[in-house]
Amino acid sequence: MKAEHEELIDSYKDKLPLLVINELKDNISASISKSDISKIMEVVSSAYSSAKINPGECVGLVSAESIGEPGTQMTLNTFHFAGVAEMNVTTGLPRIIEIFDARKEIKTPMMEIFLLDPHNKLENIKNFATKIKETVLGELVSEYSLNIFEHTLTIKLNKMLLDDFRLSVNDMVKIIKTKVKGFTLQNNEEEITLLQKGGKPEDVKNLYNLKEKIKSIKVLGVKGIKQVLPVRRDDDYIILTSGSNLKDILSMPEVDATRTFSNDILEIYNMLGIEAARQAIINEVYRVIEAQGLNIDIRHVMLVADIMCASGAVKGITRYGVVKEKASVLARASFETPIRHLINAALAGEVDNLTSVVENVMINQPVPLGTGLPGLVTKMK
Amino acid sequence: MINSVHKKINSIVFSIFSPKQIIDSVSAKIVTPELYDREGYPVDGGLMDLRLGVIDPGLRCKTCNQKLKECPGHFGYIELARPVIHIKFVRQILDLLRSTCRSCGRVLIPDEKVKRYVSMLNKISDDEDAEERRKKVKEIISKYKAKDKCPHCNSKQEKIKIEKPYNYYEGDVRLSPIEVRARLEKVHEEDLVIFGFSSSNFRPEWMIITIMQIPPVTMRPSITLESGERSEDDLTHKLGDIVRINQRLFENINAGAPEVIIEDLWDLLQYHITTFFDNEVSQLPPARHRGGQPLKTLTERIKSKEGRIRHNLAGKRTDFSARTVISPDPLIGLNEVGVPQSMAMHLTVPERVTEWNKEYLRKKIENGPKKYPGANYVIKSDGRRKTITDETKEEILGELEEGYVVDRHLVDGDIALFNRQPSLHRMSMMCHIVKVLPGKTFRLNPAVCNPYNADFDGDEMNLHIPQNEEARAEAKILMLVETQIISPRYGLSVVGCIHDAITGNYLLTKELVFTRNEAADLLYGCGVEDLSSLPDKDRIDGKEVFSVLLPNDFNFVGKDKSGNQVKIVNGLLKSGLMDKSNLGQESGLMLRNIFEKYGPAYTADILGKISKLGIAVLARRGFSIGIGDLDLQNEVSEEISAIVKKAETEAHKLIDSFYAGNLEALPGRTIAETLELRILEALNRARNKSGDVAIRQTKESSALTMAKCGSRGNPLNIAQMTAVVGQQALRGKRIEAGFNGRTLSYFKKGDLSPKARGFIKNNFKSGLTPNEFFFGAMTGRDALMDTALRTPKSGYLYRRLSNAMQDLKVAYDGSVRDASGRVVQFTYGEDNLDVSKTKNGVIDVKEIIQQTIGEKK
Repeated sequence: MKAEHEELIDSYKDKLPLLVINELKDNISASISKSDISKIMEVVSSAYSSAKINPGECVGLVSAESIGEPGTQMTLNTFHFAGVAEMNVTTGLPRIIEIFDARKEIKTPMMEIFLLDPHNKLENIKNFATKIKETVLGELVSEYSLNIFEHTLTIKLNKMLLDDFRLSVNDMVKIIKTKVKGFTLQNNEEEITLLQKGGKPEDVKNLYNLKEKIKSIKVLGVKGIKQVLPVRRDDDYIILTSGSNLKDILSMPEVDATRTFSNDILEIYNMLGIEAARQAIINEVYRVIEAQGLNIDIRHVMLVADIMCASGAVKGITRYGVVKEKASVLARASFETPIRHLINAALAGEVDNLTSVVENVMINQPVPLGTGLPGLVTKMK
Repeated sequence: MINSVHKKINSIVFSIFSPKQIIDSVSAKIVTPELYDREGYPVDGGLMDLRLGVIDPGLRCKTCNQKLKECPGHFGYIELARPVIHIKFVRQILDLLRSTCRSCGRVLIPDEKVKRYVSMLNKISDDEDAEERRKKVKEIISKYKAKDKCPHCNSKQEKIKIEKPYNYYEGDVRLSPIEVRARLEKVHEEDLVIFGFSSSNFRPEWMIITIMQIPPVTMRPSITLESGERSEDDLTHKLGDIVRINQRLFENINAGAPEVIIEDLWDLLQYHITTFFDNEVSQLPPARHRGGQPLKTLTERIKSKEGRIRHNLAGKRTDFSARTVISPDPLIGLNEVGVPQSMAMHLTVPERVTEWNKEYLRKKIENGPKKYPGANYVIKSDGRRKTITDETKEEILGELEEGYVVDRHLVDGDIALFNRQPSLHRMSMMCHIVKVLPGKTFRLNPAVCNPYNADFDGDEMNLHIPQNEEARAEAKILMLVETQIISPRYGLSVVGCIHDAITGNYLLTKELVFTRNEAADLLYGCGVEDLSSLPDKDRIDGKEVFSVLLPNDFNFVGKDKSGNQVKIVNGLLKSGLMDKSNLGQESGLMLRNIFEKYGPAYTADILGKISKLGIAVLARRGFSIGIGDLDLQNEVSEEISAIVKKAETEAHKLIDSFYAGNLEALPGRTIAETLELRILEALNRARNKSGDVAIRQTKESSALTMAKCGSRGNPLNIAQMTAVVGQQALRGKRIEAGFNGRTLSYFKKGDLSPKARGFIKNNFKSGLTPNEFFFGAMTGRDALMDTALRTPKSGYLYRRLSNAMQDLKVAYDGSVRDASGRVVQFTYGEDNLDVSKTKNGVIDVKEIIQQTIGEKK
């Protein structure tokens, strides 16, 4: 494209959104004359200004409708097997609810890990996958024997598995030593025996606890990564994981931290901040919507994400989250737990300035939205 | 005189009444539990005292001298013999008792530290709420509690416990409400700020009731039964108990009765007052009617979906509304609604008499309420309403003058709002133009079924008639059906041709040829009067007939459902077929372009014409479906059974290799899972393939036509009817064993073959075997369960979303703000575009470029 053409298009920068400008640049071929371009620009900017939103438009309600209305069409089915090699992921309505609730514990945490060259090649991907998969000691043990008279716990390790992971019994002893206190360790080729120091008969319970504790000691991999699945995505090989641990994964040198993500919104918020969380909400919600074959404009999802993140922390759309933030007593009371809100308002001497919708509905006054917004000033004779 | 003073409430302040305020504001002191005297007249000083308002017609309120329905009611009070804890403040009282000194009443934080904490606490109550704040206060206090001494007066502190619901203990000694009140009186004003209580308008001792307000009679009206007996409201019952016990307590105290009796009565008074406020306190038995059903007291009145707030305040009932069954009428306009005449005679529109409409309204009055179009009422200039009857007619006609308002019957052209529940989006309530029709149902154009999500299997809908010019103007300009064609959800049209209208146009543009006479007849039949653009030929094909409807300067390039190009040049359909993707709902690209270029009214008009054309075409050509439509050609059905057989053998091979142990597991799966997945995949592949084969067959069939043009049904439906029903899946898996090791006792244990795990190889036409039928019923039932469980879940999500976002609006500066002016987005959707004014959410730059250059060439 010629420089002067580009300049002409750029001169509309104040009038048109960047996206439209870029699309124009992509679509206007060099053969179009300058006068045509200026004509196009005029048409586009008039089309844009006529498609602009009106002040007073109740965009919140429109967005809520747009997401709520097709909610009845989403499936409740949590299981999802798109293609043969995919993992179980919460989808459909339960996932949307989970995101909007801003749950602390999500049902199926998941990551997509992108890797830097050369780790994203077929040969290397398996290595990395096994490296990050969390292996706990319990998986390597073939037998536990508990001797309550001598206060010992003997664990027999699966030699074959150990070899697979290139581990030795001594490695295991080292790991157990760091995690378990109050026991002395002895070991031979296959077995490790833990002896409780100064054991009394009533301490048998400790041995049982020890057994459970040993089962969950992490031996290898990254904590929380329960399953790994290398998958081809376009030209890359990426790793899908069930279980999520952004902090540890992102700090690994092989990982492409710019593209790797988790589906746990709160984890993203804690690691990468509120703007990342907002984008994650949009992406996750939109992914579900698309998978369900629904047509909802992204702007509606954006608005929900924005109101969830407007306070600087991720707030769920619940009575403890977004609704609690409302200034109006009656608006809160009309949602859930009305008595509690009224009592607290009375104690604190709160004042409701009747600026939002429900309060005005309650007292039969025009609602401050749309045509109810403008006031009219007239001179009385 | 109509109320001309317009008052506006600016704000509402919430606070607690002090005893003094109560006494100052009430109009009566209640001293006796009696309600009526022997004549049935309310007793003075009783709970139904005439000073508390009137509920009987004919009586006047002694306080404001107004009649029933005019008097808003007035509060009364009783003086309690002994103070009582207010159940709703139990927690707050406990917090205060624990955090303040028992002798000097100061908060148990050293003076010098208070300031620092207050600013921290203020932040907490800004971020969280008052409850969170009080929690924090307790935490802070517990830090200083260790010393057990008041930092101000050094007196020793005791531990305060609560025995739910309302008994306080200090150590083992019970604190009576009198003692509690005495403690709370000592709390310093400046210390209240720490707890987040309002300091100006609040004293903690007010949380203990000494003077109790009696709600006005108007909010607890009694009902007279047919037998002439009076039945009192639950609240009146409860208040009666309270007053009675209070009297007895007074008497016993004055008589110097033993402390035990007084204590018992006091407890009883506490119980009654507690249940008066809340009858669902968990540790108390609820107060009951004689029949055993619990009383509905104050809290239950406010709470929940059926409570005051959600039932009566956030949602209201309206007059001038109607409801009946709907039925379709393809000949009625898109913007119209057919209203039965009997309804039109009850729904009225007020019209003010002026110089110009006097005669017209006079005629209506002459017709009266029984003859359509007439009028039911006249409202005189002084605001008095008169019913028009045969007797009053003459008198009214005689005095009719300018300034009178006549409530005339609904007539053609009036404005109405039409609504179907559930009202999930704004297109669930649209404005229609009334058309009065005979019959007893609402008639609507089938094209608007989609936004209402209505069908005609017995659906009912509601109609509302706006009563003033402002409302009518707003409805007509903002809510008329044609203005709502484009959905704000995705920027495409929600109304479009449906069913026969699509099929008709599809067949028309695909294969039909008419003589010129036939074509003219057809077009005239659907409302085209200017036939000049019909080509002057003997044989006119369908595309040319369709083109007559299009405006002459309309250009459009798009795709039809099967992916072929649709090209319209200068209002002539050059190539492509008119099917769902251009005419239908939720796609309708051609319609979207017409809307953009020619506006709402034109679109509604052309949509009506296209619909009518499609139906007229079908009416002439004939269109039907029968069992013969599901016949397959021999070679096709052979091909299909070969495909199915192949899939079955493939599945068996997989099972064999599974047992032989040479099946390779997919990554991240066990071998058994892999087997399941691969079988499922093979069988689904077979079903899809045989479906494709069935669709591909050359035989003419109506079912196929409908599936192809998108008017009803899809290839899968046809495949299931003609070829194979296919694998039944439960939760994404084949049907799993419900019996021990097998799905039905008909099969052998451990049978993994397709037919034992829910593969239906028959089709609906040939019929299913009993076990196949059972599998089909399993998935059918699962689907029903899913829907039944999903509806309330998604309903709750919707309620939360709309409650959280209802007051977001675009401010004049283009930012999105909530009710308190907090910015949520700086520009709406990052580009300020209104989705309902865009094409699927974007400005179609490519098309603009093409149109602009195209025009030149």
